[in-house]
Amino acid sequence: MGDTAAGLLQLVALLLALAAVWRPLGDWMARVYTSPTHGRGERVIYRLTGIDPDSDQRAGTYAVSILAFSLLGIVVLYLVQRLQGVLGFDQGHGAVDPGVAFNTAISFVTNTNWQSYVPETTMGAVTQMIGLTVQNFVSAAVGMAVAVALIRGFVRSRSGGRIGNAWVDVVRGCTRILLPLAAVVAIVLLALGVVMSLHAGADVVGVDGRASTIALAPAASQEAIKELGTNGGGVFNANSAHPFENPDAVTNWIEIFALLVIPVSLTRTFGRMVGNQRQGVALLGVMATLWGAMLAIIWTAEAHATGPAAVAAGANLEGKEVRFGIPSSALFANSTTSTSTGAVNSLHDSYSAFGGGGTLLNMLFSEMTPGGVGTGLYSILVVAVVAVFLAGLMVGRTPEYLGKKLGRREVTCAVVVVLAMPAVVLLGTGLAIALPSTGGALGNSGPHGLSEVLYAFASAANNNGSAFAGLTVTGPFFQTALGVAMLIGRFLPIVAVLALAGLLARQPRVEPGAGTLATDKPLFSVLVVGTIVLVAAITFLPALALSPIAEGLS
Amino acid sequence: MSTLTEHTTDEATPAHPVTTSALRRQAVAALRLVVVLTVLLGVIYPLGVWGVSRVPGLHHQAEGSLTPTGSSLIGIDPVPANAAADPWFHTRPSASAPQDATAGLGPADPGTSGGSNKAADSHDLVTAVGERRTAIAAREGVDPAAVPTDAVTASGSGLDPDISPAYAALQVSRVARVTGLGPDRVRVLVAEATRGRSLGFLGEPTVNVSELDALVHATAPGAR
Repeated sequence: MGDTAAGLLQLVALLLALAAVWRPLGDWMARVYTSPTHGRGERVIYRLTGIDPDSDQRAGTYAVSILAFSLLGIVVLYLVQRLQGVLGFDQGHGAVDPGVAFNTAISFVTNTNWQSYVPETTMGAVTQMIGLTVQNFVSAAVGMAVAVALIRGFVRSRSGGRIGNAWVDVVRGCTRILLPLAAVVAIVLLALGVVMSLHAGADVVGVDGRASTIALAPAASQEAIKELGTNGGGVFNANSAHPFENPDAVTNWIEIFALLVIPVSLTRTFGRMVGNQRQGVALLGVMATLWGAMLAIIWTAEAHATGPAAVAAGANLEGKEVRFGIPSSALFANSTTSTSTGAVNSLHDSYSAFGGGGTLLNMLFSEMTPGGVGTGLYSILVVAVVAVFLAGLMVGRTPEYLGKKLGRREVTCAVVVVLAMPAVVLLGTGLAIALPSTGGALGNSGPHGLSEVLYAFASAANNNGSAFAGLTVTGPFFQTALGVAMLIGRFLPIVAVLALAGLLARQPRVEPGAGTLATDKPLFSVLVVGTIVLVAAITFLPALALSPIAEGLS
Repeated sequence: MSTLTEHTTDEATPAHPVTTSALRRQAVAALRLVVVLTVLLGVIYPLGVWGVSRVPGLHHQAEGSLTPTGSSLIGIDPVPANAAADPWFHTRPSASAPQDATAGLGPADPGTSGGSNKAADSHDLVTAVGERRTAIAAREGVDPAAVPTDAVTASGSGLDPDISPAYAALQVSRVARVTGLGPDRVRVLVAEATRGRSLGFLGEPTVNVSELDALVHATAPGAR
């Protein structure tokens, strides 16, 4: 079987598997967030924490809960890293450097999982487990909670702006969705050869008699939630390219499936909660269209050697593993950058101009094709709001979506979400390029050097976490600037989305009239695709023309 | 049984519910929740998975795919005792192997991982590819154009355990000559270390270098 045929079969298998779980998982998640009963274990958690699980929070209170939980998460994770040497089980690594600890604490709490450190020589098992693994779960649960709160905004009528209980949503996301799924995936990965060791390394002897020490880590448990929670932070520096994180093509396929499954199935959850499955299908269509188009671009670009080094080598295999080859690398790269995961099984910096440019553009679509867990759904709902508003302007129809009118305040919230990321990316990249020190941090020169910086800020502001990793980001400017970009890129949209949810929940539901735009039809999907592409083109075309496009055409 | 969807307070409550004491309550709840979830997700969950990994049959994989001879299936290039009589199959170049003299051909550092991150238009990478091609062609005694792509490009991990069947085939005649095993015998060993695509369609055909060199060593114990 040829490479292309095998690659296409792999793709078909992936799509079939996602289609098979879409309905049961989507329905299950809808039940999780609408069930009136608390589990026995959950009641223990509420008792221990003093949380009243039955209070129904207004949007403002909900936002304060989310922000307090995240802020304290950052503080705790910073302290865990700084105190690693005292906590024990640090495998001799000692305290993590303050700059790295600052950046990493923000990075894992914001679900970015950007890594400005080499895990093998920085993070002991104690930090990997009680620090990083925990935030892999809870940052994902926060994303889902905010998405569900926004859905409740559409569903509820005259609720006084009440949108649910943030604590309950976060706890249930962990206990009923992420933890069970992660346990299953972790054990499957373990059985297929992913390492799970509490030792820092093992001494081995080669056939040549030379001794060396290979790095080990508690990988399987973190690998599972790293993909399922669209986190992406590796326990090894090489991430999912490392044979101990991703030993073969089967684990590779499972990891791709795991990072797509929740964001994709949440469209079903949405449809079910709003009482019209076709609303969710319309958004799934948008996601699938852009995901498929970007896969075609990245795969084609990688399969044809362009660029002098790839031509000299005969194919674009620099930074790729033999066991994955080009199709399985392109599929992983497209899926990880379109879901805000940021795990990599091959190095995007070494991709061709248009292949690497494709991974960059995936992030610049603002991570909603299908996007991160929860974040993808709330981001695309916000764009749907903007699309309905634009359609209303064009044809003079009343802008309303899912029975809620979109007035000035609602659209203002949506526009804040849409513009926050581009502002951070463009201002951050511009500032970095203006600094003389940036020249020394670049791993490659010319247009590709600019791509590295643009990619870094796109990755941080979209909470993706993958990198054009030739860029040296351990200096104080990048540690700080990217940390701030991650914070703004995460929490400004969350606050605006929750404000939007509160405004919508306060409104009465209006029955669709003759002038209401049908948002559960393919025409609406086309409109949303157009809005996503148009916003990205207007904001980023000049920057992209100077980086991947210039490289590809030179 | 309790309900979430009912409103627990009157809708007419003033619209400023977030007071200082409310903020403090939220912060305390948040901190307690971080701690409780840390125990559940950061201690119980990973140690549970670790416990499963102690099951016989999973244990050796979980501790680094160790073989009975004490080596790992990870890709660390072997160094021949005499470069002129090199009996080993070699891995791909690695970004963590010495770059100056050998352009990354040589043993990687398995204590870390990663790739070159060089772009497809990088002059450094063009140079490295040329140096690797020349060195490998000289080692195998073949035309430089015959050296396959995976032999001249560094992997993403720097520890790629595998080479392509083409790169293995390129090394057969040298290994056969140095070990005295003969090409047919060596080809059988290569076939033993070769895996097709998983399930027939996932990934690429591979040859595991550690496994293959262990087979060479077992068949020709004098090789060093």
